[in-house]
Amino acid sequence: MFTITKNNEIAHVTMNAAGPVNSWGLNAVIELRNMLDNVLADAEIKGVILSSAKKDWFVGADLKEIMATDDITGVMQMGRMLTDQFRRMETSGKMFVAAINGSALGGGYELALACHKRIALNNPQTRIGFPEVTIGLLPGAGGTQRFPRLVGIQASLPLMLEGKRLAVDKALGAKMIDAIAQTPEEMMDMATKAIREQFNAVQPWDVKGYKMPGGGIEHPDNVMFMAGVSGNVIKRTFGNYPAPIYIIRAVNEGLQLPFERALNKEQEYFETLLRSKESKNLIRTLFLHMGEAAKIPASLKEVETLPVQKIGILGAGMMGAGIAYVSILAGYDVVLKDRDKESAEKGKDYSRKLLDESISKGKSTREKADALLEKIKTTGNADDLSGCDLIIEAVFEDRALKAAVTKESEAVMNPKGVFASNTSTLPITGLAEASARPDNFIGLHFFSPVDKMQLVEIIRGKNTSDFAVKLCLEYVQKIKKTPIVVNDGRGFFTSRIFTTYLFEAFEMVAEGVSPALIENCGKMTGMATSPLAVADEVSLELIYKIMLQTEKDLGTAYNTPGAALIKKMVGELKRLGRKSGGGFYEYPEGGKKKLWKGLSELVKPAAEQPDAETVKQRLLYIQALEAAKCWEEGIVQKPADADLGSIFGWGFAPHTGGVLSYIDHVGLPAFLARAEEFATKYGERFTPCKKLREIKRVY
Amino acid sequence: MNAYIYDAIRTPRGKGKKDGSLHEVRPVSLLSGLLKEIPHRNGLSADKLEDVIMGCVTQVRDQSGDIAMAAAIDAGYPDSASAVTLNRFCGSGLEAVNQAAALVNSGQAGFAVAGGVESMSRNALGSDGAFTLIDPLMITSHRMIPQGVSADLIASKYGYSRADLDAFSAESHRRAAQAWTENRFAKGIVPVRDNNGKIILDRDETIRPETTVEKLAELKPSFEMQAKMAGFDSMALQRYPEVEELNYFHHAGNSSGIVDGAAAVLIGTKEAGEAAGIKPRARIRSFAVVGTEHVIMLTGPYPASQKALKHAGMTFADIDLFEVNEAFAVVPMLFMDQAGVSADRVNVNGGAIAMGHPLGATGAILLGTVLDELERTGKSTGLVTLCIGGGMGIATVIERV
Repeated sequence: MFTITKNNEIAHVTMNAAGPVNSWGLNAVIELRNMLDNVLADAEIKGVILSSAKKDWFVGADLKEIMATDDITGVMQMGRMLTDQFRRMETSGKMFVAAINGSALGGGYELALACHKRIALNNPQTRIGFPEVTIGLLPGAGGTQRFPRLVGIQASLPLMLEGKRLAVDKALGAKMIDAIAQTPEEMMDMATKAIREQFNAVQPWDVKGYKMPGGGIEHPDNVMFMAGVSGNVIKRTFGNYPAPIYIIRAVNEGLQLPFERALNKEQEYFETLLRSKESKNLIRTLFLHMGEAAKIPASLKEVETLPVQKIGILGAGMMGAGIAYVSILAGYDVVLKDRDKESAEKGKDYSRKLLDESISKGKSTREKADALLEKIKTTGNADDLSGCDLIIEAVFEDRALKAAVTKESEAVMNPKGVFASNTSTLPITGLAEASARPDNFIGLHFFSPVDKMQLVEIIRGKNTSDFAVKLCLEYVQKIKKTPIVVNDGRGFFTSRIFTTYLFEAFEMVAEGVSPALIENCGKMTGMATSPLAVADEVSLELIYKIMLQTEKDLGTAYNTPGAALIKKMVGELKRLGRKSGGGFYEYPEGGKKKLWKGLSELVKPAAEQPDAETVKQRLLYIQALEAAKCWEEGIVQKPADADLGSIFGWGFAPHTGGVLSYIDHVGLPAFLARAEEFATKYGERFTPCKKLREIKRVY
Repeated sequence: MNAYIYDAIRTPRGKGKKDGSLHEVRPVSLLSGLLKEIPHRNGLSADKLEDVIMGCVTQVRDQSGDIAMAAAIDAGYPDSASAVTLNRFCGSGLEAVNQAAALVNSGQAGFAVAGGVESMSRNALGSDGAFTLIDPLMITSHRMIPQGVSADLIASKYGYSRADLDAFSAESHRRAAQAWTENRFAKGIVPVRDNNGKIILDRDETIRPETTVEKLAELKPSFEMQAKMAGFDSMALQRYPEVEELNYFHHAGNSSGIVDGAAAVLIGTKEAGEAAGIKPRARIRSFAVVGTEHVIMLTGPYPASQKALKHAGMTFADIDLFEVNEAFAVVPMLFMDQAGVSADRVNVNGGAIAMGHPLGATGAILLGTVLDELERTGKSTGLVTLCIGGGMGIATVIERV
């Protein structure tokens, strides 16, 4: 993996792993050691230049290798060895120069930090940074110790805590690199020159009398800074994520120690994180499952699809407008149809607005933006849908209307094409009844705002073909979103589970639980939004209408106290939600929203309030239990889909790994026991389904 | 308990800033002045003083290195006297008294001098690093927040309004001013003098008799910016999620004043007093310390008082006068509501909002204040209590003899 080419006093080391990327695994670490054995033993060599033969320079650790083993001690031995080799490099007396010709991330950038100089090629693809925190880890190969000592506490800590990946110019500004070279030749010249000019290769922190840039850890400014950073991490994460906490602690405590002892401290906390459930959850869902979801599943490999070029979008409201925008960005031609051209133009305005923002941020040019806008044809005439390979319907949630647009589209579109409905709740199989080609009828559920939300829920109706599913997967892939494929059912997967979160909060309000307690606990669970606030955003009126529609369709009434509360608030008191003047909250003009005072008159506050843990658990358990039912019913086919769908669809707490992973996070036996207890206290809805009794764990 | 108060004296409290009268006085001198006065005014040989126990919170620079010992030497105490400096944050002065009481009561000494000192103008609050408040471990793992935010949390949780707090504070100034007008503190005050015997300060310096609720209403909250910028607002609610949001009601005018000052209390057994021919003024009936939840932090006075009263076999109804440290206005207000004690028995001569809170000394100052007032009004029992950083409370019950 490390090929040495000697050129007089300089060793050129080319990094070229057998796999697709250069990353740290046991083999790589051993090869690093072997390489160092060779170059350090050669007295003629004065310096070493490290560059990559891959697209990226070096991209961190091999997470698959880490996840595949339960042998944490083994992983830590590897980490220790890597740390020791880095230390050996920087104290060898030979000058090491990182010639960063591609991305240097995590353990890769830590390799660069163990070098005495870092020169990056001006490569627009290159990203430099510490993404460890995003998978629940800390920079564990000296990063938490070298980086602050290099650039100072206040300059370093935010970069490690936020996991930002910087382009080379930004990285130079952050002093993560020393210089930028314009060409590979210039990079090598600069590296060679650095070695020739350097007489004594030593790291600043190994020089006697070394003073930290920006002052040491006991400097009063830094003490205050550390306090503020600590408080803000807890404010932002509610303490749900151990990684940022241990990054702060590794820096704080490590900087009070001699360098070698500091490395030990970093290793100690790295192991703590490696053993944490949160890190496993994050790696599994956000890295491994995300990666899987981006690929077409093997079962569909043989299915042939159409090369989609022209997409019809019906309805130019917020969803239609957003879908049009992400589609043109991916290179599709779009026909945006509403009841007349004027209304469709309003939908196109959304793309105009977002592209203007891109231009003002310097991310696009007028020319490019205009070319993209050319791709949206607005119309009020169904004939313009002629030749569309994929039509996405985003009209009002009204069966008759949806049936009408289905018929009129199918009459003119590519007869081999796919018709998709962006309905969020109406079962696809029922909607497909209006279709002449139900096998090519499918659900394609986007989330609002479309340009920001990562998930697309693909719903397979009873008659939907593999062809239609694969065509949609390819489309979702091209617009760079994450798909999950689910089977048909009321509310499919995401809406069905999200609704339980809201209704559990409504039940608690109806029981007299303090709304402030519900909201604060909602935030503390790690959910993206607290339940009553998000219910107001969604609009209580919409929730009410869906409730009535469901009652009508199923012929059963919602008769829980929570449902009664919504009926009263919407039906009688006209508290319809945020856009209509207020719901659970009131929204004073120009002021901060406050919980609606009238609520305590509507429901008498209970004399005895539950503890925070109970409230938090009720809000999460109800979702996990319903998700398990979906798994049992085959609405979702694998936990990975449920987990991805929950995090990216409705902001389920990522540190748990997702809505089904949460059950493992709690531990299945404890989860079942607590759910039974809740079922007795709060109702049947907490009774665990059969599936949960049959398995040992979700993963 | 065989622990008696023979005397209790204090310096006046000077404004704790560079323009405060006592800023030029080294803290060791503030304290040694009082230590000299104790044997002198009681006609007691200093040979009898076996230990000197002093509270001091910010033990850095000229308050570091066992300042009690330095002050005892500077006061000319004999070589046989020993000295210790302790830190129980804002409870230090009373902790010193309680430890002295325990020492003599257990028969290990006849007389001890207890008290405390703090020159906040020379050693700013937190200048010792205040590790427990701001270390990342304490913040991330234990949600430790600054005291001011805790005070606002109490007001938010228990529903005290800004107007309530300001009214209490204006009254503190009114009472303190009246007490000075009527010379109620005369017995305990020892003026601070310069090298030539000239008086530097002979009265509390921060009282504003002219202050009103309206004037206080104009002051800006002191802890809002800090709470919001450092995330302490959210941390408070994470521990107390039943509170919808924090109200930032505390400000410089309804929180304790930052001042310089010292106090000394002569404590001894009955027998020691008889042997020396001096009369005790009061007996220490009981004392107690408690730990409480540390995020809300400042709710200790009520449970500490309950515990001390239980030790004495008494109830709140048995106490004539209370001194509840006015660290923040909400602290004595919550105490009164929890204990069911009306304002006419609490801090009748004002408190730290008007006269200041020299951290290490305050507990001992309050002990002297309540004793003087019991004597002046012919009453019998008093209770002193303080809230303490990190979530503690301390209380001492005394009875005149």
